[in-house]
Amino acid sequence: MAINTDKNSYTVVFAAVMVVIVGSILAFMSSSLKDRITENERFEKQQNILYAMGVNDNVDEGSVNFVSTDEVEGEFKSYIKEQLVIEGDKITENDEAYLIDMKKQMAIAGKGETPKLPLMIGEKDGKKYYIIPMYGKGLWDAIWGFIALDDKMVVQGVYFDHKGETPGLGANIKQRYFMDDFTGESILKGTEYAGIAVAKGNNDPLNNTKDDNEVDALAGATITGNGVSAMIKESLNLYKDYLQTVSAK
Amino acid sequence: MALLTKKDASLITDPLADNNPITIQVLGICSALAITAELKASIVMAVAVMFVLGLGNVVISLMRNVIPSKIRIIVQLIVVATLVIVVDQVLKAFAYELSKTLSVFVGLIITNCIIMGRFEAFALANGPWKSFLDGIGNSLGYGVILIIVGFFRELLGSGTLLGYKVLGDPIAKTGLYATGYENNGFMIIPPAALIVVGIIIWVQRSRNPALVEDN
Repeated sequence: MAINTDKNSYTVVFAAVMVVIVGSILAFMSSSLKDRITENERFEKQQNILYAMGVNDNVDEGSVNFVSTDEVEGEFKSYIKEQLVIEGDKITENDEAYLIDMKKQMAIAGKGETPKLPLMIGEKDGKKYYIIPMYGKGLWDAIWGFIALDDKMVVQGVYFDHKGETPGLGANIKQRYFMDDFTGESILKGTEYAGIAVAKGNNDPLNNTKDDNEVDALAGATITGNGVSAMIKESLNLYKDYLQTVSAK
Repeated sequence: MALLTKKDASLITDPLADNNPITIQVLGICSALAITAELKASIVMAVAVMFVLGLGNVVISLMRNVIPSKIRIIVQLIVVATLVIVVDQVLKAFAYELSKTLSVFVGLIITNCIIMGRFEAFALANGPWKSFLDGIGNSLGYGVILIIVGFFRELLGSGTLLGYKVLGDPIAKTGLYATGYENNGFMIIPPAALIVVGIIIWVQRSRNPALVEDN
């Protein structure tokens, strides 16, 4: 017997059954894969933090290669010596500070409340690295990253990532030639915290000038570049008091 | 017995040229503009669309006799969105690196007119095997155009192909750049894709006058 698919009652029942089936499939997928996805995200965070402080598997000038997933947990433990949570004047140690969601903390800070700010202190070849997570907005969606500073507030490395910037344009913030430009720039202008601006018309494509608080912009990605500048400035601003105590030592 | 009959084979070959989804059916233009600034992105998008369109066409075809016509567009949207979410979740769990590369494209697939266009025009009226072939054929036709556009935009806009500097170093002025050649910045912004697609349409219609509409 042929089904009369034009009846209203059939349409309602069909829609309800479809919602239940699709909902069940997605709920099952989500719950069964959640643990694996969370673990992958944790490894990725560790890889990004290590990348910013120069612990990576880069082989040539163009590659962005992280420490392998199998080794990252061990490497993270051996390079990251201390993890702090800065909450106003209170500073506590926390072995899982790097898992704190910077997006939430920046929203809390935006409301005028005291955020819990994670800060990782790494050590490589006897040198200390202060690694700060950053979060901001690009053209289409969120951008984030990590910046590694030495005790003179000079950038030792960065890692940027994005959710949905345009491939070939804004998405190039995670390309090596862009990220490498930040190394050697100071976040201070004199004694003031100035951040680093992604500047159009910088006229320094090789980024030889390291004391101008500027790096060369990406062609065709003005808004993403402005987002990166704002992200660095706003994120570092939250850590200003702590960083002042570091640079004053 | 041949695996594909002549009619089946035409479902794959027609969309490659004379019934191309982008240049003839004028579907999927948005993603051709959005992601073709680099060749790698074009290839990745083509593969992702092939997976979703091939599988989506089969699912819609299997359901074609029971879908109420009043809500068929919503049902099609639910099928494509579900497939996209499932693909995204599985990749995040088992191929995390790949999922990072694909994330932008996987999301964009939902907005791709080719998917809805083929569900509506073919899968709702044909069996699963034919619908599968139609999905693969159309995504190949879409992919060919994306790859051509991506090739020219990356080569002329950035002087690279798949990230490799094929024309020399524009900053150190080596290779072709030593002769005074400059990258064309216009090629990396979306309007350039429209021009390249326009040129492909022009070439295609010059070669085959049957494609030109009568006034």
